[in-house]
Parts: sequence; structure tokens; C-alpha cells
Amino acid sequence: MASSDSATAPADHKRPRGLASFLRSQMRNIAPFLTLIFLSAFFAIASPSFATIDNVGNILTQVSVTGIIAVGLTFVILCAEIDLSIASIANVTGIAVAYFTLQESYVNIANVPMPGFAAILLALALCALLGLVNALGLTIIGIPSFIMTLAMMQIAAGVSALLVRGQIAYKVPPLITTLGSGSIGGISWIVIVAAVMLLGGHLVLTYTRFGRYVYMVGGNREAAEFAGLNVKLILGSVMVISAVCSGIGGMLGVAHFGSAQQNEFDTYLLDSIAAVVVGGTSLFGGRGGIGNTIVGLFVLGVLNNGLDHVNIDSFLKILIRGLILLAALIINVYAQRLREQAAD
Amino acid sequence: MSQGRSPILELNQITKAFGGVEALRGVDFALHAGEIHGLVGENGAGKSTLMKIIAGVHPEFSGRFMLDGKETRFRSTRDAHAAGIGMVHQELSVAPDLTVAENVFLGNQPTNRLGFVQWRRMAREAGEQLSRFGIDVDPMTRLGDLPIGLQQLIEIARVLFSGARIIILDEPTSALSPPEVERLFTTLQKLRDEGTSIVFISHFIEDILRVSDVVTVFRNGRKIAETASADTTKGALIEAMIGRGGEKLEHSYTDDLLLPQSGAGSVVLKVEQLSLRRSLQDVSFEARAGEVLGIYGFMGCGQLELSRILFGKLRPDGGTLAVDGAAKSFRSTAAARRAGVALVPESRRAMLFHQEPVYKNISISILERISALLLKPVRERAIAQRQVEQLQIRPPVVGLDLGMLSGGNQQKVALAKWLTYPPRLLVLCEPTRGMDVGAKNDVINIVRDLRAKGLAIIVLSTEPETVLSLADRILVLKRGALVREFAGEAVSKDRLLEAA
Repeated sequence: MASSDSATAPADHKRPRGLASFLRSQMRNIAPFLTLIFLSAFFAIASPSFATIDNVGNILTQVSVTGIIAVGLTFVILCAEIDLSIASIANVTGIAVAYFTLQESYVNIANVPMPGFAAILLALALCALLGLVNALGLTIIGIPSFIMTLAMMQIAAGVSALLVRGQIAYKVPPLITTLGSGSIGGISWIVIVAAVMLLGGHLVLTYTRFGRYVYMVGGNREAAEFAGLNVKLILGSVMVISAVCSGIGGMLGVAHFGSAQQNEFDTYLLDSIAAVVVGGTSLFGGRGGIGNTIVGLFVLGVLNNGLDHVNIDSFLKILIRGLILLAALIINVYAQRLREQAAD
Repeated sequence: MSQGRSPILELNQITKAFGGVEALRGVDFALHAGEIHGLVGENGAGKSTLMKIIAGVHPEFSGRFMLDGKETRFRSTRDAHAAGIGMVHQELSVAPDLTVAENVFLGNQPTNRLGFVQWRRMAREAGEQLSRFGIDVDPMTRLGDLPIGLQQLIEIARVLFSGARIIILDEPTSALSPPEVERLFTTLQKLRDEGTSIVFISHFIEDILRVSDVVTVFRNGRKIAETASADTTKGALIEAMIGRGGEKLEHSYTDDLLLPQSGAGSVVLKVEQLSLRRSLQDVSFEARAGEVLGIYGFMGCGQLELSRILFGKLRPDGGTLAVDGAAKSFRSTAAARRAGVALVPESRRAMLFHQEPVYKNISISILERISALLLKPVRERAIAQRQVEQLQIRPPVVGLDLGMLSGGNQQKVALAKWLTYPPRLLVLCEPTRGMDVGAKNDVINIVRDLRAKGLAIIVLSTEPETVLSLADRILVLKRGALVREFAGEAVSKDRLLEAA
């Protein structure tokens, strides 16, 4: 009744606004994509060895472990939480699966050999348990996820240390070896696993009730609670999902690198967070998704790989990565503001 | 009246659109020094939009903006602030974790030469300012610990005493008790006499007529009329606002109203000896199927806490709660929802997803029923479309982001989400707060329909009109205790106010 004629938007247009404001509201999705295209074009011109089929395969393999871990992290960040324990949990799960596998006699670890499937199940149970501890700390006790997972980062590192005691283990169950370092028809299994998990994460977020709840809890937690959603259950679930994804990434990573040892995954914490955020998923929750994470993974993958193809001081690379991350964060916050203006 | 002098603020042909929706169409508006200018109009008529343009919230619009006879464009609220324009928005915008004094001086703390905040001076001056306004609180209290009404008064006080020469108040009285409203009006008149210009937006037309010198009526993004308050009546204003015979629409409730003899059905909710720290003491009552139970009380009387307990968001310290005869102790809002309890809270911000489309806002509470694992978007949209049509939500486009709807329509969406599968008990907090006459009537009709379907409904409000227009039985809550029940007898606004 407030308005009758002009306020009644045409029913065939989902969003009755101009192209400019549509683009503004989509800034979050467009900017990372443009970054990816720009970086790819830049390295393709700068180095003849960059844009080759082989190198595309390299990039895919290089981002796979990060990709697997980033699936779960996407859920967490969509809920406006954070998980800093992903790399540690990946590490401890990779070590655990080796711990339960018979090692060569020269490996000086008091390990507990088991059949392969039992080792895998135990390792998965371990990461799920650590995720559950994160979940309980966050929801029942009410520790902010930033602090809770910071503690978990240390706890998981501690468990890793106790299991390997400064040694290095090499053997993992055959299934893990195949998925982590094998290939089929020229494609690495680890790329296939990453692709399947990313697809699975996308389907869950887009087409399931749980996925909708994740977005709603991230969009407005208070409103979700007043709509009668079990917010704590959803937050707890995403923490467990994140830990299990990290665990899978850790197990395959160990097979991929060929060894299990302390601090092996340290760089994956920053890489995974960067992939999710560079891709355009909002740090404030409720916006973004696996599609964004995939673009983010490729931006990081192309950048890391491309810098190896051009002649740059390898110490400068670290700085460049930091600057790219900063640029992405600026875009992330700016996109949020533009969207709020467009919806105002 | 100051029509002879040139206005300090003059707007010509202002047009503003959000997406494809025009909120203002060629509006002229003039404000003179030392006048209180009342604005009335239905929800979505454009009042708030125009005021936000003046306060620099919306820098993009077309038309001419003249301040002190010079063409001006504010790029932000800071510009407006620097030009001496202050606004109190409809939704409370305070920092609950800061002290009262910090809130009063927000962004403007007194500092010494080294840039350190002078706490003692700030506390003293905040205390002085507030006591001029008749508010007696310790300036070092955390603001969030005060009742909402007081928080709103403090926010108003901040703007009133900021030295602004143009002050815009958007629905300032909705959370205030009658004595607080009186205090506000006295202060406004004093400031007006000192030469400040004040714009006052309210749905309470009596208030507008009492306090303002000039009234402007908006409808559908257009200015319909501007008259001196002395030359008009409530009926005439309502008619101008809604463009149809309006006198019959809004009851003033000053006369006795006879509540029906109890003809209600079975007991749906039984509450016994409920208590919560300092908020509630030994509250016991029943809500019956096919009955609207009104709970009236001033701001801070414990209503909000009571509604939160019924919906499982707060856990009581003592007492029992039974739904359909089965004792319940809700551990979460999800548990309450499953037991058949629904709540529409008083704040739109707290109950809606502004960045999500309308249909997702409507389906959120029923997803469990319509989808086991996978979403069914077609079904969701169909259900939402039906609700949107039934409740006459404008515009009737379920794919539109909720943030693009006007306040009244958002309120209807909040109600709509519970109506597809009606609950056993519906708890409504301030269901018509900040709504225009037409939307209020829509809500009243929706509630009556639901009552006819056999729902037990509890309406909690600090506005006597809301309770009187909806309730079959009325409880009065005072400082956390039930002090009076009106059932099957005559009741009026006066008697209600007297009891509270």
C-alpha cells in the first residue's frame, strides 16, 4: 500500500536495478576473477614456459592440498567464524595415519601398525575429535573461534610432536599413497580428490538445507536464532567439517610429499585462508562460496607458480604474496560496503 | 509561524530512487529557524528517505539542496554534522558497551592538549546535560545495562545537546513512556524557542499536533499537503496520509472498550512462578487457544525478557512452563520452535536477513518441513508468493532483497515466516511499532485471522493502543510482576496507564 504503480517492480526481473549497480553488488565475484585473468595473462606473456599444458597440470597439483583444506574453511568463514587450527590438524592427521602404519625398520618411531583401513579411520576419527573440541569450545563454553582454534593449533602441534618425537615417518596406507601421489590417465589423483571435495562442498552449500542455514547464520546470527534455527549446532558442524577436510588434506599431503613430520603444513594455514578470502568470500559471513574459493585457489596457484617462471628474487616473492593478500582484503571489505550501499 | 522569513533549509524537486523503486518524487521541503516541523505519512511514503538526504546519509539524489540560501551537497553524514545538522534515527544506534558519558560524547570526547580523554570532565558534563533533560543516571554506567527507553532518551539527548541547529527526530517516542515523552516535548519546545529548527517524524498524530508548528503530509513519495498544526485535525491528516476516509480507521481508545467474556479454548501455555534475576518475579498466567492475550507495561518492565524465555532464548532462574500440558524447559530457540512456539521480536534488525531475498526470509522457519536434505526452491518461492499476496506485501516480488522493502513491509515478512505452518503459540513483541495506520490495520486483521484458526497469541507492547486494539484479555506487567488482569470487563487507555 505504501506505493502502487512505480514501486511495483516488473516480475520478470529478479533485481530491478541498473547495470552499474548490479556490477557494484557483484564486485565481490568479479574482482577476483579479473585478478586471475590479469595474472594469467601477465605470466603467459612474461614466460614462455608458463602457459603450457604441463604447467597447468603443475598448478592444479600444487593447489590441491590447499583446495581440500579450503573446502571446510569456506564453511567456517561463511559463518563469520575462523579456524586457525587447520594446518595443525592437517599435520597431526597426516602423522597419525603414518603412526598407525608399519614403518621401515630404520624409522625410529614407536608406532602402532594396523591394517590400512583402520589407520585411515583412526586418523579421521582423530581430526573429527579435534574439530569437535573446537565446536564445543565455541558453542558450549563460548570461546571466540579465533582464540579457541589458536589453542587447538597448539594442541594439535603438541599431539604431532608426541607421536613423531622429532623423527620422520614415510609409510602411509596404500590407498592414501595412491590418492596422494598416484595418477590415473595422466591426471593426479590428488587433483581429482580436490575437485570432488570442492564440488561436494559446493553442492552442500547451494542445494541443501544445511547449506542454506550456513549462509543464514553467517548473514545475521541473531535473526537465525529468532527464526528458531539451532545456531550452535550449525556452528559446531562447520568446525567439525573444517577439521575433517583439513585431516583429509593432511593425509593426502603426507603421501604427496612422501614423508610425515612436524611443522610440515605450516604454510597451509595462511594459504588456505588467503584462498578463501582472495576468492571473495566475505569475512563478515553470509556471502561467497566454493566458487569463490576455487577462483582464490587459482589466483594463489598462478601467482606462486608464475613467480617461479619469471626471474624474481625468491625472497621478494614472499613480499609480493603479502601485498596481493592485502589487496584482496581491501577488495573484500570494499565489496561489502558497495553491496550494502546497493541494497540500502 | 515563520512563513514570511526565508527558510534556513530549502529543498526543491528532490527525487531519489533505490534500484528501480522511486522513494521520493519531486518533493519540495522548507524548514525555518525556530520551528518544529512535523512529518506524517504511511510507511514507505518517503519521510525517512527525505530526512536521510538532509542528514547526508544518502548523498546521491536529484534536485536542489539549499542551506542558508546557498546550494549545498553533503557527501557524507560528517558534512551534514559539520553544517549543524543532527539526526536521531528510527532504529536505536548507540554503543551498548560504552558508558553513558562516552555515548553522549560519541566522536566528540573532550581531550586535553596531549589528546588524552578527560574522563572526569566528560562524566561531569554528560551528567549535567542529562539532568537538564530530566535523566538521572550515573554517567559511568554501561549504556547497555539501562532499559531501552532510557537508551533512546540518551541517544536523543546526545543530538539535542550537540549544538546542532537543525535536529531531525525519526520516531523518537516509540520506546518512551508517557512521562518521558512529556520531558522530550518540553525540551523540544525550549530548543525551538532558542532558535533551533526541529523536524519531528511520528506515527502518533496527537503528538505531532501537540508539539509541531507546521505539519507536512507525505504519500507515495510525494508531498501531499503542508499546513499549520493549528489549522488541521487528526482526521484530516489521516485522510491526507492514506487518501481515503481515515477517521474510522484509528480508534483513539480513550473510551471504555468491553473485553469479551471468556469463550476461549483449551490452555496452550501455562506459566507458573517464572522469575529471572531482577527482571521478572513470580509471573504466572495462561494463554488459551483462540485468544489474544495482551501484556502491557512500560519499557523495561520485563516484557522483553518474558518473550525471550517463552522462545527459549533466555533460561529462567525459577518457575515452570508448559505447552499443551507438557512441561518444557527450552534449551534453544530451535527446541521452542519444535514445541510449536513462534516469536516475532520487536527489532527488525534482529529478525530479518536484509541481504537475502524475501522468499528466503519467509521460508527460513519452515525449511525443515519442506525439505529433508535438498532445498526445493520452486516450492519455497511458491509458498512465499502466497504469503506475499495474502499479506499484501509491496512490492510483491519474492526475489527482491529484503533490504529494499519499507519498514512496514519488512514487518509483514517477519510475520509471514510463521504463517505457512501456524504454530500453537505465537508471541508478538510490539507488532505494530513504527507502523502507519493502514499497515497497523493489516496486522490487526492478520492476528484476528490467526486467532480464528485457534492459535494462542500473546501480544507484548508498551503502546496501550496496540494492546487494546488486539487483545481479548490484558495483563499488566509492572517492574517484573503481574499487577492487574483485565478480563470480560471494560478497559480504556486511562485505566491501563493507571494500572501500569
